[in-house]
Amino acid sequence: MNWNILLFQVFPYVALALLIIVSFQRMRGKPFSVSSLSSQLLERKLLYFGSVPFHWGVLFILLGHLLALLLPQGLLLWNAVPMRLFVLEITGLALALWTLGGLLVLLYRRLSNRRILAVTRPTDVIVLLLLLVSILTGILTAVMYRYGSFWFPSVFTPYLWSIFTLRPRPELVADLPFWIQLHVFNFWLLLAVFPFTRLIHIITVPLGYLWRPWQLVIWVRKHRRLQPIPPAAPPYPTSAKPQAALQDKGGAYGSD
Amino acid sequence: MNVRAHVSMTFHLDKCIGCHTCSVACKNLWTDRKGTEYMWWNNVETRPGTGYPTGWEDQERFKGGWEKKNGQLELRLHSRARGLTNLFYNPALPELDDYYEPFTFDYQHLFSAPEGDDQPVARPVSMITGEPLNLEAGPNWDDDLGGSNLYAQNDPNWAGVAPEIQAQMAEIERVAFNYMPRICNHCLNPACVAACPSGAIYKRAEDGVVLVNENKCKGWRMCVAACPYKKVYYNWATGKSEKCILCFPRLETGQAPACFHSCVGRIRYLGAILYDADRIATAANAETQELVQAQLDAILDPFDPQVIAAARANGLGEDWIKAAQASPVYKFVKVWKLALPLHPEYRTMAMLFYIPPLSPIVSSIEEGLVRLELPPEKVDFELFNHLEKARLPLEYLANLFAAGNVEVIKPILRKLLAVRIYKRRQSVEGSIDPATLKIVEAAGTTPEEIEAIYQLTTKPTLQERFVVPPYHREMATEVWNDPLAHKGETGVGFIELPVRGD
Repeated sequence: MNWNILLFQVFPYVALALLIIVSFQRMRGKPFSVSSLSSQLLERKLLYFGSVPFHWGVLFILLGHLLALLLPQGLLLWNAVPMRLFVLEITGLALALWTLGGLLVLLYRRLSNRRILAVTRPTDVIVLLLLLVSILTGILTAVMYRYGSFWFPSVFTPYLWSIFTLRPRPELVADLPFWIQLHVFNFWLLLAVFPFTRLIHIITVPLGYLWRPWQLVIWVRKHRRLQPIPPAAPPYPTSAKPQAALQDKGGAYGSD
Repeated sequence: MNVRAHVSMTFHLDKCIGCHTCSVACKNLWTDRKGTEYMWWNNVETRPGTGYPTGWEDQERFKGGWEKKNGQLELRLHSRARGLTNLFYNPALPELDDYYEPFTFDYQHLFSAPEGDDQPVARPVSMITGEPLNLEAGPNWDDDLGGSNLYAQNDPNWAGVAPEIQAQMAEIERVAFNYMPRICNHCLNPACVAACPSGAIYKRAEDGVVLVNENKCKGWRMCVAACPYKKVYYNWATGKSEKCILCFPRLETGQAPACFHSCVGRIRYLGAILYDADRIATAANAETQELVQAQLDAILDPFDPQVIAAARANGLGEDWIKAAQASPVYKFVKVWKLALPLHPEYRTMAMLFYIPPLSPIVSSIEEGLVRLELPPEKVDFELFNHLEKARLPLEYLANLFAAGNVEVIKPILRKLLAVRIYKRRQSVEGSIDPATLKIVEAAGTTPEEIEAIYQLTTKPTLQERFVVPPYHREMATEVWNDPLAHKGETGVGFIELPVRGD
């Protein structure tokens, strides 16, 4: 086994396995530990200049990568006109620099503010550093190996699909320059640490808020709804077995 | 009619002595953990004042509660889409300094200080960073500072009060203030529930207690901003929101919440009321001046046979209906019409009702003598007819409890005064003169009602103050499981410690 297979074939599967299994286990078994871990209460000025550009920037950049993965032909067609290629590349680069700015503010804030330091765990810093590597290598790739959006569909789209469809072809990335390989490997690394760090808050994005009812009213003890006590009955039924009556209606969890 | 029960509350502000026993009882029970030091689920404010967190009523800044937009009820904080885009940074969230940085004192230094010329002192240190701190705010920092230009004069409830009256309230010899204890209002139309993107906050249908599901909470902190009373707090150590739980473990075992039980002035009353859940939407959307009445209309008469039948049909037990009939809250709020929700204009329909306080008569000191602005003969009668001469301005109280509508406050103060005048004549002079009876009539009450108000106000027993409906915890297991199976299963499983995740 050579390095190429180890880093770009074996490790991706390890990362994906961790991502799926541990995330599921944590969401299900340790829900209290899942939080965005906001520190806005402790410091808000720098957070505004860090969090907002970082999150929006990274959101759009990831969306761009996803589009290139799902619609490679569309991307090539778009890039067929040089002007459109330039627009895309410049937009991507600008977004990356915006994100980088935000991330640096966040990193500075995390390491300089006394209150933030008090709530900082090693994993918080590790996540920020991994993200920093991703963004820096991404920018280096975009600047040094032009034009990323031009060769991505012919290199990364097949590579990523080969991993996701369980027919790995790590040789596709074997001959790429170091910075690009680092960018790819760092991606798998981020997936691997995802369930162990605050990154897990990404999968809790509350899109359901868009259509849920404003008010949530929950009957904690549904037996009261299912089994109205008749007027003459004493308040404490002594001989009656409530669960027998409930079973007819689908048990205590039965519909309301 | 969709009848539900609500464990509701009344605070009698005339009886509050501002001792903060409630706050301490709550603090010791619920918020002495790391990350919660700054939280006061129960706090007692000096009014006029800016309260806790400082200036919480300034909704231009904190965006709490609901507002009417084009006839529709909308959160002041955000629309649904805006709520999602504000996840990364919530512009309306108060920061720690709006509360205060929690601190302790470096007592160890008293023992470990090296020998020197000066006595060692215990310096205050932050409970977050552990570093020395210059104290600029703390719990009850503005306690008793009525008239202070830092706190009392910045009270948002001065809106519409004449400048000369405000100036008068700032004069050292004319200062008047009262205490206002605040806990979560367990609203009927809670803005915190509506603002939570994760759907982690909910209202228990059985008793109306509003709770945060700590497992579902993801720390998006919208509830903190959306609650107009600022009674949801963010635990900076665990990354979860926390709030008053109305001591539901105590309620479910038949005890009043700790702050109620420990109240020295016995100002707190707790009891179930029945309300019509179908009327919430229209009541919350009423015209500003009619908000109080609309909310009172949603509260139902527990003696009405129709209401009882509807309650039974909705699964409410006889014991809860009986508890609602014995509820002191129902008496104060609906029968005697003495209690009002705090800031009804927030449209959350708070279910904690306040009996507004009476206050002394405006006076001045001339050549060392107190001169009242009303004739001193039968001064209580005079005050009854000249409520504007009470030191706490009517407009101020109206801004607190009636969305600025003075006409809602007046009859309450008159009735409270009538009780005083009547009982004073009765106990001091022994007989009731026609003038007193005229006052009683003018206040829209009767000697019998006055007697009842007097009894429940001055000498209620514990059982009369707190009518906790039976929760039947003893039946809880049987409802969910076979009791024998349950017995065999308890003790197996893992409970997650409430600690911050990575």
